[in-house]
Amino acid sequence: MMELVCPAGTPAALHAAVEAGAHAVYCGFADETNARNFPGLNFSRDELTKSIAFAHDRGAKVLVAINTFPRAGAEAIWHRAVADAETAGADAVILADLGLLAHTAERHPDLRRHLSVQAAAANPDMINFYAEAFGVRRVVLPRVLSVAEITAINREIDVETEVFVFGGLCVMAEGRCSMSSYITGKSPNMNGVCSPPSHVVYAEEDGELAAKLGGYTIHRNAKGAPAPYPTMCKGNFTSGDKTGYVFEDPVSLDASDLIPALAKAGVKALKIEGRQRSRSYVAQVVRNFRAALDAVEAGRPVPPGTLAHLTEGQSATAGAYRKTWR
Amino acid sequence: MTDAFATISLVPQPLSLGLLAVPLAPMSVALSLLAGRVIRGHPGLLDRLGDYGGRRFVIDPTDLPLCLLIQPNAAHGAVRLHRQPPSADARIAGPLAALLGLVHGTWDGDALFFSRDLVIEGDTSAALALRNAIDDAELDLGAEISTLVGPFGQMLRQVIAFAERRTGMPLRRMEEPG
Repeated sequence: MMELVCPAGTPAALHAAVEAGAHAVYCGFADETNARNFPGLNFSRDELTKSIAFAHDRGAKVLVAINTFPRAGAEAIWHRAVADAETAGADAVILADLGLLAHTAERHPDLRRHLSVQAAAANPDMINFYAEAFGVRRVVLPRVLSVAEITAINREIDVETEVFVFGGLCVMAEGRCSMSSYITGKSPNMNGVCSPPSHVVYAEEDGELAAKLGGYTIHRNAKGAPAPYPTMCKGNFTSGDKTGYVFEDPVSLDASDLIPALAKAGVKALKIEGRQRSRSYVAQVVRNFRAALDAVEAGRPVPPGTLAHLTEGQSATAGAYRKTWR
Repeated sequence: MTDAFATISLVPQPLSLGLLAVPLAPMSVALSLLAGRVIRGHPGLLDRLGDYGGRRFVIDPTDLPLCLLIQPNAAHGAVRLHRQPPSADARIAGPLAALLGLVHGTWDGDALFFSRDLVIEGDTSAALALRNAIDDAELDLGAEISTLVGPFGQMLRQVIAFAERRTGMPLRRMEEPG
């Protein structure tokens, strides 16, 4: 069976994920070393140690995301995070930065290394380089590949691949996108926050809800219409004589019905996005996907999804897995 | 989410109107006692809030004629009731059931926001920090209130469970969230 890798922004969410059937849970420290550095979120060292013990007692793994790019002169913060993850008993660290990968391979050779989606490794040459140079054992693929492309990549590499199947949909070259920092000065790559909440304002204007980022209106939504979070890549803009979603609609990924195809493509693990979401979200999504995986394993069809109410924009897409690009 | 909480219930209007006659000061004292007990019992809550523990939050149940002003790290009087939302760092508004469901892990806060059942105004960071801290604390307000009444706790638990079934309001923590 493919491994179900689930998000946890808090110990409570980790418990919910494990109890709902996660094979592995990924999480991060409460600082800038991971790409979900939101207020009130993430784990202290003590919380991580206890959470890993909880997960291991129930047969689940814990992967620690240390997937931002260290600031020059402040590398010690990231080095300490890797060392502390190993001490806490993490089953793997999820890394993106070349220097941090080199450091981890050299100083923590027994700590399993996964390549974060933030490294945007989207072809066999890149993946094989990370595997040969730093002993990376698994690559999280960017959300811009079709199933056929994933199949082709898996034929040319020896490491495991992990793909996103549910949650927020980033369609940019992850780890290299500067749209958030262009507007707010902060990015997921360096600060661990895309469209940081400190720069988000919602305001009622002329009977509509205006969602603003760094003072710019990213969306306007009529009363009662679904309200997305104001991220630049999913903003509604006017370009020339057209107004619409220039990059991507504010929808979420749901590739549950592609689970059999992804298994056939040689994918090792399925990832659910959402470390910033609640324990309620984690429990519902993990339970649904575990049931889907169990069904596929038993040769039954994937059960119909019941998660649309949890998605941004209240609607879902199969993303690039089936996408015809404009 | 279980079928019992498939939709967000509203407080019946007669009950809501009845609250207009209730004096706010004694209720503020009682709610502050409850808040103090919750905070003492869940020290991780203030740790997770960090600097946001000193912010002023308005919790505004839109189906009630009152709202709560909360300052989590206030030494005394952490909760004050108001008829109209006072100025604050952040305001979180929605039906009482949605707000209770957030606390008890019945519903996901982002999903309630996407569907517009929940409104956030002011400092979005502060609101997120509060949401995340409360979610991790796995609070059970029904159980907390029951322990306040000493020997009548067991009876009150049964009353709360009955009220939850009758009203569709998530008055207790979901043992299996979602």
